[in-house]
Order: sequence, then structure tokens, then C-alpha cells
Amino acid sequence: MTELDATPRLGKGVKTSYDQTRDSHVVLFPEGVLVLNETAAAVVGLCDGRTTITGIAARLAEDFDGVRPEDVAALVARLTARKVVETDG
Amino acid sequence: MADAPFGLLAELTHRCPLQCGYCSNPLELVQRSAELSTDEWCSVFDQARALGVLQFHLSGGEPLARRDLPELVAHAGGLGGYVNLVTSGLGLTAARLADLRGRGVDHVQLSVQDAVRANADLIAGVRAFDHKLTAARLVVEAGLPLTVNVVLHRRNLDHVGEIIDLAERMGADRLELANTQYYGWALRNRAALLPTREQLDRAGAIVAGARERSRMEIVYVIADYHEAHPKPCMYGWGARQLTVAPDGDVLPCPAAGVIDGLGVENVRDRPLGEIWHGSESFNAFRGFDWMREPCRSCARKEVDFGGCRCQAFQLTGDAANTDPVCSLSPRRPEVDLILAEETTAPAALTMRKVAR
Repeated sequence: MTELDATPRLGKGVKTSYDQTRDSHVVLFPEGVLVLNETAAAVVGLCDGRTTITGIAARLAEDFDGVRPEDVAALVARLTARKVVETDG
Repeated sequence: MADAPFGLLAELTHRCPLQCGYCSNPLELVQRSAELSTDEWCSVFDQARALGVLQFHLSGGEPLARRDLPELVAHAGGLGGYVNLVTSGLGLTAARLADLRGRGVDHVQLSVQDAVRANADLIAGVRAFDHKLTAARLVVEAGLPLTVNVVLHRRNLDHVGEIIDLAERMGADRLELANTQYYGWALRNRAALLPTREQLDRAGAIVAGARERSRMEIVYVIADYHEAHPKPCMYGWGARQLTVAPDGDVLPCPAAGVIDGLGVENVRDRPLGEIWHGSESFNAFRGFDWMREPCRSCARKEVDFGGCRCQAFQLTGDAANTDPVCSLSPRRPEVDLILAEETTAPAALTMRKVAR
């Protein structure tokens, strides 16, 4: 599980893009593509290496209902496993 | 309608300074005069992006052999996808790499033949090893992510530990250790390349240990002749990726040209999107309806998609058969016979001939 004070950033060689064909935000990385839903795209967009998990959840709460920091941490942990985002420690 | 593809493998040319006897290119290499022009490749990229392609794998042969590579990279890079340069590293200089990076290369995949210089050069057919070290250093210094790709076989499998160490010293972010898949030149050289079970067992243990401790992401591609179940080839026919050969032939996988009567179409004759969605070749083995027993009623069909159509064709003469490496295939004894005969006796390696 990712700590709530972690500050995730995009991994090396990871790019974000918008795909008109699929009407979705996507993450592109060596040999891989992830098609993101709206919430995941918002989280990835806030992985700037400065904002904490708690901070990302607070920002998301402005646009989405029922955002919990624990859910953001779980999503970031999954993205970390795919090397899409990195967190120190 | 089929789902959109994610990746395009663009074999820009079959020309290559290396002569690796396991090359996946077909035995009949496309001549330079038959290669798509700059404009034709740019059009292929446009069509691929419109179709949904997000990953552009610029490969070959050696893509650096195309003088118009900077233009091709710039075009692909301008479409918002991910540009992956798949290279031998020969001909890569700091200036060329800086230019290509500026034009949109996102990631470099560098082939390495072995960690032992003399053996690496023997496998490549030319003195390539020192160029690989230079190329890796340039990629790392440029700040680009580096994947080192090593094809494993009888002649380098015992060095897999040293190969992992070399990739770490090179600064690789990812290491792909791919046991040889037997198509093209590799099929021709199978008797010289097939490893023994003992070699695979030793290498497998070393790779598993390295995965535990390495900072690199290590991908290990199985030696399917030695497995009980086939690989999930391409994650299904015409499902995720397509290949465009140097002459514009559009293929569900790089080897599919070997299947007689497939009816391969060319992007010079028909738009890429129509070929992906509507051609006989791409619809021949899509989904599950084409399957026979034992695949048809098998739960594993959702896992391995019946294995590889090209392998079924090459080893049984019918591309709609179950991949014969599967232990459930009635043709599996023939694969066992190949293993018994071809992993024991020494055999000469025929070097890939360079197309001019």
C-alpha cells in the first residue's frame, strides 16, 4: 500500500495522451498502453512528484463525490506495480 | 467489428548490418527497391493512428539503415503516440540519437547477443559487441528509457547470469530475455539453436533469482517447445497489434506471411483500416469460432487463444490446428521428436544473408 504522504510522479519514459478513437485518456510506456477511466486519468494528471496522496484526494473531491485517500493510494499502488508511476521509499 | 489495435510493428527495412541466425525476418528478405517510400510510411502511420494505434515500434532489419528515419520518427512522434526505436545500435551516434530524440523517440530497445564479447560477435556475424556498449551509454546519457533485448538459445543460455549483469551495467530499465521462437531464420536454424531442458532449468532459476533482487523489470519469454501449453501468441489473432512489412504487406504477426493461402493484403492496394477490420487474412483466426478440438471445448482457449497459427501451419501443415506444442494436441509427439533429435546433435548455424 502506498503511504498517504507519498508524492507519486510519472515513471521514466511514461507519457500521457488523449485517444480520440477510444474517447479516453491513455498512459503510454515502453511496450504498454493503459486506457484510463475518468477518475484514474484525474489521478495520473496529479502525479506531479509534489502532491501527496492526501492532496490528490482533496483535489479530486472538488470534482468527484466520495473520493477517499485510501482508494487513491490503492490506485497509485496498482499504477506503481505497472511502473506507470514512481514513489520514493 | 474488431477492437482497435494498440500497436504497429513497422518493419521499415529488412536491411541490417547483423546476420543473426535467429532473426524473425522471413527467409525471403524484402529488397531495398521494394521498400515503402517516406511518404508511404507516413501515410501508414496516419492510417494506423486513425485506426487507434498508440504504440509505433520502428523496427526492421535495422531502422537506422533508412536514411529517412528522422522524418519517419518526426511524423510518428507528431501523432501523439509512443515511438519505440528497435535497434541493433550499430550506426547510432550521439548526434543521431539527439536528433531522433528531439523528433519524438520515446524509448530505445537495444538488441544484445551475449555478455561474452567473442560469442556475441560470433552470433551477430560481425563485430557488434562494443557498438552495443556505446549505444547503451548514449541512450542512458540522453535520458531515454532503455530496454535491452536478448534472444536466448543453446549458444548463450548458459551465460544468462552474465547477460543480466551486463544489462544492469548498461543502465537498462527493462530487460527482455526472450527464448528463441522458431520462425523465419530461427526455424531454419532450429537444430543449432534449441536448448536442452537442463539449460532451460538452470537459466530459469537464475532469472527468477534476478527478478527478486534487480531494479530492472525483467521480462522472460518462454521456450514454448519445452512447455506443456502454448504461448498466448499476439494475445489473439488480429486483436492488439499489426505488422507492416518493408514492402507494405499488412500482417497479423511478423511471421504470418508463411501461411499458404492466407491472402495477405498490401497497404499500397487497400487502406490499413479496411485490412484490419475487413480482410480475410485478419478475420481468418479472430475470436474462437475457427477453432477445432481440442481447443474449441478447452477452458484454456481464453488464456492462450489456441497458441500460434504460424507454428500450427509450420509443424502440422494446417494453420487452424491446435498449436502442436500443446500437450493436448494429438501432434505433440512430433514436437517431442524434434526436441529429442535436435537438442542433442551439434548443428551448424546458417547466418542471415543481408539484403542489398
